[in-house]
Amino acid sequence: MDSSVDRIAQPWGGRTPYGRHDAWPTRVDTHLMEGVSPGDVQRWVRAASILHSDGDAMDIAVKDGRMVGVRGRAEDRVNHGRLGPKDLFGWQANASSDRLTRPLVRQDGRLVETDWATAMDRIVSRSKDLLQEKGPGSIGFYTTGQLFLEEYYTLAVLARAGIGTNHLDGNTRLCTSTAAEALKESFGCDGQPGSYDDIDHADVIALFGHNLAETQPVQWMRVLDRLDGNDPPRLLCVDPRPTQVARRATVHLAPRLGTNVALLNALLHEILRTGRVDHAYVEAHTVGFEELETRIKDCTPEWAAGVCDVPAARIAEAAEILGSADRLLSTVLQGVYQSHQATAAAVQINNIHLIRGMLGRPGAGVLQMNGQPTAQNTRECGANGDLPGFRNWENDQHVADLAKVWNVEPKQIPHYAPPTQAMQMFRYAEQGSIRMLWISGTNPAVSLPELSRIRSLLSQERLFVVVQDLFLTETAQLADVVLPAATWGEKTGTFTNADRTVHLAEKAVEPPDGTKPDLDIFLDYAARMDFRDKDGGPLIPWHDPESAFEAWKRCSAGRPCDYTGLTYDKLRGPTGIQWPCNDDAPDGTERLYTDGISWSHPDTCETYGKDLVTGASDSVVEYRSLNPDGKAMIKAADYVPPHEGPSADHPFQLTTGRTIYHFHTRTKTGRAPQLDAAAPDVWVEVSVADAAERDLGEGDLVEVSTPRGALRGRVRVTGIRPGLLFVPFHYGYWDTPAGHGPDENTPGRAANEATVTDWDPVSKQPLFKTAAAALTLVERGDGRPAPAPTTTASAPSGTGGERVPATTGGPSAHATQSAHAIRPEDAIRSAHAIRSEDAAQSATALRNGREEGSQ
Amino acid sequence: MNGITLTLRALHHGEKHFAGHLVTVAERHRTEHEIFYVATDLARWSREHVQRLADTGHHYGLNLDLGRAPGTSDPSGTGVLAVLREKAAEAMGRRPEPGLLLLRDLRELHLGATENSLYWEMLAQAAQAGKDDRLLALASSCHPRTLRQRAGQTP
Repeated sequence: MDSSVDRIAQPWGGRTPYGRHDAWPTRVDTHLMEGVSPGDVQRWVRAASILHSDGDAMDIAVKDGRMVGVRGRAEDRVNHGRLGPKDLFGWQANASSDRLTRPLVRQDGRLVETDWATAMDRIVSRSKDLLQEKGPGSIGFYTTGQLFLEEYYTLAVLARAGIGTNHLDGNTRLCTSTAAEALKESFGCDGQPGSYDDIDHADVIALFGHNLAETQPVQWMRVLDRLDGNDPPRLLCVDPRPTQVARRATVHLAPRLGTNVALLNALLHEILRTGRVDHAYVEAHTVGFEELETRIKDCTPEWAAGVCDVPAARIAEAAEILGSADRLLSTVLQGVYQSHQATAAAVQINNIHLIRGMLGRPGAGVLQMNGQPTAQNTRECGANGDLPGFRNWENDQHVADLAKVWNVEPKQIPHYAPPTQAMQMFRYAEQGSIRMLWISGTNPAVSLPELSRIRSLLSQERLFVVVQDLFLTETAQLADVVLPAATWGEKTGTFTNADRTVHLAEKAVEPPDGTKPDLDIFLDYAARMDFRDKDGGPLIPWHDPESAFEAWKRCSAGRPCDYTGLTYDKLRGPTGIQWPCNDDAPDGTERLYTDGISWSHPDTCETYGKDLVTGASDSVVEYRSLNPDGKAMIKAADYVPPHEGPSADHPFQLTTGRTIYHFHTRTKTGRAPQLDAAAPDVWVEVSVADAAERDLGEGDLVEVSTPRGALRGRVRVTGIRPGLLFVPFHYGYWDTPAGHGPDENTPGRAANEATVTDWDPVSKQPLFKTAAAALTLVERGDGRPAPAPTTTASAPSGTGGERVPATTGGPSAHATQSAHAIRPEDAIRSAHAIRSEDAAQSATALRNGREEGSQ
Repeated sequence: MNGITLTLRALHHGEKHFAGHLVTVAERHRTEHEIFYVATDLARWSREHVQRLADTGHHYGLNLDLGRAPGTSDPSGTGVLAVLREKAAEAMGRRPEPGLLLLRDLRELHLGATENSLYWEMLAQAAQAGKDDRLLALASSCHPRTLRQRAGQTP
């Protein structure tokens, strides 16, 4: 049954085909450090994946107090035992020799080591000075999508009620803010409608700007298994790159960048024209259909063909697939979210489901995806530019309710204007009204657009920058105080994936000496600042992950993301659990909107909505008159051309993105040898036609430049859309001699040297996928191929492509796959008994301070 | 010259002025990225309104000078004044004072859109009274955008 597979060469492993409506077979993936056999493992400690948003459940193997490997959890609803390459190998970064283990402070222009008391004292005294001199608006917090729920919630309380600042957002602004906003615009409230199990039941799966194969590889394994089974689904793929999804699609559309709304309006037009509307559903559950009908009247496939540069016949075929689906699952990600008119486009995908009545049934659902592992919690806990528990900042009742939970006066929680979004926060720091910026678990000096601007504003003398991270990232190098944090596997907490599944990740090993869990850092700050509630008690009375979780449960009570039915003990059961989980739904909730639209009533909704073009907020009066009974809202949007199009000087369109082997700015994946070797450096994808026209070949060194900046990389010729360049955004400078940015000897390497500071006016998500660029040859290649994987969307194409050696990982990249013959129900029953015993043991071992339990 | 032609003329002037004002404000606040891009997008609507008003004007014996609505001649903003405004914005990009100027500009834009909105309302009423479908169609199609322009300029 067991086999060993090179999971760099075969990122998705072997197939376990299954038919429509059947259960997805289990396949347990395990990778152990060389020389360690399963029998050597002393403890398996429960966790879930932290290097993407899929929430794949796993156990961490521990031997002699060290992590020695990982294994997928067979019983979990999300992954049925499987793991992706990043999870199989990424854990090794924890033991990297360059982990930060001492706090650093800037002294005479240099970062020098210090102790925790000194570092925290600097932060606290600067905070107190600023509060006194300039008020709470001078302090901002920029967090991430990679901490745990308990940490975000603590941060949200200390920022909003402790400091009283409006400036708290996450880097989720770059990855998932459009998902949240599109759900709010259509359903009045955040909350993922669908479930991953919809993949088992759908007859059509439409992927809009979503390279599922690389961003959530385990769910792609599920799609591949369905494609190889009985009654396989038809796939529709909208993506300008030849992704694995595109290669397997029934219809693949590769539109011009910045034209998603035009394409979607044409698809809606065709669905209406061919009479595929579920009028009973529209009548019962929606408002706004007539407006949509009028607005897309002229959006024919022929019209869209001109705008999108896609043949009208292909658009009609795509519409036919959507229109003829019996159970339609759509998934949406960065191709939509990081583009021009992001929210307007994402909302049109919701509209397809609303007019076709494709919601709330097995196989009929929408997945507005997340990029990062815990982005969902950033959103729920209000660490993302919203109030905690999806509360509406414009609804005084919601603010009063939150104030009651926190036992503060409502006026202590800023709600006079929308919570500040990240891009605006950086603008305030640039312009000088924010004087202290605390950055936790993210690396804006590589991940934000227009990096020369970001580096320059972070380097300002007047701005006090605190960075909390595992390594001396590019951003940390520009900080005034650096706090060394403990990470996944070294601390306990919960997090929630893109289909609302909550997992508990427990501490497996002690964190490196000198580091602290993020929760402890925030709690320490709150204690030193002596934040009080209105009765003089401590504002933040909790002291560890579990008590923080219990506090969050009280905040979530009665809201859509209701956690009141969950406990740490319950999460030690066989599988992760989907919220809402409460007295009414003690086992969690698989799908939202099974019986109408639950959270859009004017008294309940998270927002009164925004204008899809201007981003201006609608008023409660408008909302009540448009949607008095709380139905789903069909919002139409006209196509608006992108702000930056190709010109004589900058004839190409430029898009940025990711590869399966890396996560974010490679802080962890660049330190895992197998992942690093699979994609060691930046590259530039050029189409076959453009390469021929400019006489460029595999491995040539080119420069990609825009008015903002430039970067250099080796050419990979692929089947990408002609006129388009692609650059992965993972690469920065920490592993170059330059350190944090380009210098005389190190040319630009980060894709964001070239991207533009512009964002969707509704979700405020920056446009990483709409820019115009020039391409110039720097030097001919020396025969070596570009450092781009051949297994994925960056696979070579055209003449010479066949000479590029295939990406492989070798012996160290082998992982075992065991196909379980047992039926899933048995697996769950038996695993329940074994696992809870297992978990209880490890919990006891940790409580007793012992490193090694016995199994 | 009757009420309708007067209103058409006033609106034509108002929309043209408003488009120009949006472009100027965009340039003046080049470093406020959202203001820059949204104001530039909104100017496009007013330029369309100017064109449609001119087209409609012919049916009422009006020869509204199409001219060039400010900004159309120079969408890239490379005119001398535009460059001056943008350079000034960049030079002031690290200072907090332009925030007050921005508030004043947004207030002016809001009032400008309100004035246009009143004229559209008058035009719609006149069209309904006179059962003039052509005019009513024009007002019904343009007025909602003017209201959205106004909402978009609320500080």
